[in-house]
Amino acid sequence: MGDITLNHYLVLSAILFSIGTAGVFLRRNLITILLSIEIMLNAVNLTFVAAGRFFAAVDGQVIVFFVMTVAAAEAAVGLALVIALFRHRESLNPEAFTSLKW
Amino acid sequence: MLLALIPLLPFAGFLVNAFLGRRLSRGVSGAVACAAMLASFAVSGLAVLRMLDAPERVLRETVYTWIASGDLVVEAAFYLDPLASVMILVITGIGSLIHIYSTAYMHEEPPGEFARYFSYLNLFAAFMLVLVLGASFPLMFVGWEGVGLCSYLLIGFWYNRRSANDAGKKAFVVNRVGDFAFILGMLLIFSQFATLDFQAVAAQAATRPVETDWGVLSTAALLLFIGATGKSAQIPLYTWLPDAMEGPTPVSALIHAATMVTAGVYMIGRNAVLFSHAPETLQIVAVIGATTALFAGTIGLVQNDIKRVLAYSTVSQLGYMFLAMGVGAFGAGIFHLYTHAFFKALLFLGSGAVIHALHGEQDLRRMGGLRRELPITYWTFLVGATAIAGIPPLAGFFSKDEILWKTFEGGHTVLWVMGVVTALLTATYMFRLVFLAFHGERREAAQAPDHGHAAGAHHGHLHDAPPAMALALIVLAIGSVVAGFVGVPPVLGGGNAIEHYLEPSFGVHAPAHAAAAAGHGTELALMALSVGVGVLGIGLAWHFFLRAPQAAGRVAESAAPLHRLLLHKYYVDELYDAVIVRPLVALSRGVLWKGVDAGVIDGAVNGAGGIVQIGAAWLRRLQTGSVRVYAASLMLGVVLVLGYYVWRYGQTAAF
Repeated sequence: MGDITLNHYLVLSAILFSIGTAGVFLRRNLITILLSIEIMLNAVNLTFVAAGRFFAAVDGQVIVFFVMTVAAAEAAVGLALVIALFRHRESLNPEAFTSLKW
Repeated sequence: MLLALIPLLPFAGFLVNAFLGRRLSRGVSGAVACAAMLASFAVSGLAVLRMLDAPERVLRETVYTWIASGDLVVEAAFYLDPLASVMILVITGIGSLIHIYSTAYMHEEPPGEFARYFSYLNLFAAFMLVLVLGASFPLMFVGWEGVGLCSYLLIGFWYNRRSANDAGKKAFVVNRVGDFAFILGMLLIFSQFATLDFQAVAAQAATRPVETDWGVLSTAALLLFIGATGKSAQIPLYTWLPDAMEGPTPVSALIHAATMVTAGVYMIGRNAVLFSHAPETLQIVAVIGATTALFAGTIGLVQNDIKRVLAYSTVSQLGYMFLAMGVGAFGAGIFHLYTHAFFKALLFLGSGAVIHALHGEQDLRRMGGLRRELPITYWTFLVGATAIAGIPPLAGFFSKDEILWKTFEGGHTVLWVMGVVTALLTATYMFRLVFLAFHGERREAAQAPDHGHAAGAHHGHLHDAPPAMALALIVLAIGSVVAGFVGVPPVLGGGNAIEHYLEPSFGVHAPAHAAAAAGHGTELALMALSVGVGVLGIGLAWHFFLRAPQAAGRVAESAAPLHRLLLHKYYVDELYDAVIVRPLVALSRGVLWKGVDAGVIDGAVNGAGGIVQIGAAWLRRLQTGSVRVYAASLMLGVVLVLGYYVWRYGQTAAF
């Protein structure tokens, strides 16, 4: 086992991102989907931090703070939407909400 | 602003009656319309007086520049010279009388309709004055189209009657044929002279040689003349005028006798220089005029509708005017226009009084003996009939004789013979009308059982013309007597004042061969001949329709085919229907409607819509509403874009 390099971080990040993507597509619960999106965001955050460290710059960390702020806001709005949707249809399955078309 | 005021006053009257008419009582709207016309008449008189004092007897007033586009500069300018002065006095003067007459004639209309009638009548006067006063072709054309519109509106005034609507449409469409030629003529003139101002065109045309062979001026003049045949009801476009009698009778008097139909004659007078440089076209004008005069006269001989007789008489008299124009006697043509306006308006208004008294009856076969019950109408009508028959010293004699003399003097013997025969016919059909309507005994319901009118309504005492109508009749009767004295020829000791007065307007001098060709003796002899012909015509009418009415029937029977031919107006309407209208309708229906419109145009529009519809029906499947499908497509897009860049990187970078 050698040192942990940038590539390790990038691979981990890619794995996390794939897990998140798979969650979005495969899970049938809106709350789980939101959680999966959070995983994807954090995978991206990890990339930023690792790259920032690699290039010895603070930009990566600055962007991560922004992402975390936005993610917090998104979670708040997203959960509110989920509650509203649930009240409407008594279901959390995204396939129950397909009436918004033509 | 004096000249602009002349058409603007009736236009103001039109605005009042058109927009406030429904709230006005009959008295007010009639008074507004009459006041507008009388004011316009007063202003016209003032303007003419000022014109007489002006240098060269011309007033020109530019209101503003209407069109300025490269070479084409058209000013909204009014132009008053002796020729226009005669016209505006006739239009506003006789127009005022007819307006006054109408207040009584139309009194049974409800107030709203009454105001509508007067608004159209005022609008007509305004456009007619624009036509006459306009200093350029485009401005004249505005008036030309405007009077056509008003003619259409007034012919179809009783829009509940299908025949009135049809007649209005016919007038409009037939006029459109002529107007198209008029526009072409206008364009040709512009392409030749780069101006459309009458004075400028005349000045430039005067510098060109007279076209002995057919040339571009002849074509331009011919196109303008075709326009005139439409508006002034000459062969081949005269068929609308007899049908136009569906309109109220005062309208027939104003538009279809005194003013609008003379616009073509006026237009030729206005372009006298142009036309006199195109002798070939003038020859055509003369031949068409004489032919129309004779042709319409023969039809007028057998018609049974009082207004139709007068309508054919108008066509015939207009033919006289064109004959005069065609032989270069522009002054004589305008003189006849002016006298004709008096006696023909009088005859129409007189027939209107008869129709009014008989509650709408127009069939001569059901009249008779009205002389005793309608004395004012009878005597004024008799004056008009005598004037048109050419009995001296009434107005018609001087003007008609002037035309015949100028025709003979110019060497057009055949046309002259046609003119004389027409004079005989004129006297005959006019006194046939007088004798049938006013003399003898009442024949109501005796004949013509084909009429659906309620015959019983005609019994009882008839009312002669009410004051407003009587006033117009009497003034016009006086006019019919004295109007001719402005044109007493030298041979009778007169100075022929009107021709000298009009001469500067035409800018052409009488042909040189005129004076020497024939002496005074010949002129007097011809004059006596035409009076004799008039008297003979009256005598014929008296013999056949008063003394021995059965003789007329016998003649009609012995020449039954001819009689039928005349009664059916030479089948010209049927001929036009078969040759022009039906093929056009068939073409429009079969090819243009079913083929081009429904097939090509609708097909293209519907086809475009159909393609979009089919495409959309297919595309809408993409819009599932499922968030996961959208996310998947987003993902797919990202993968494709990124994949492309990765692939490109792999191509360029060496691993």
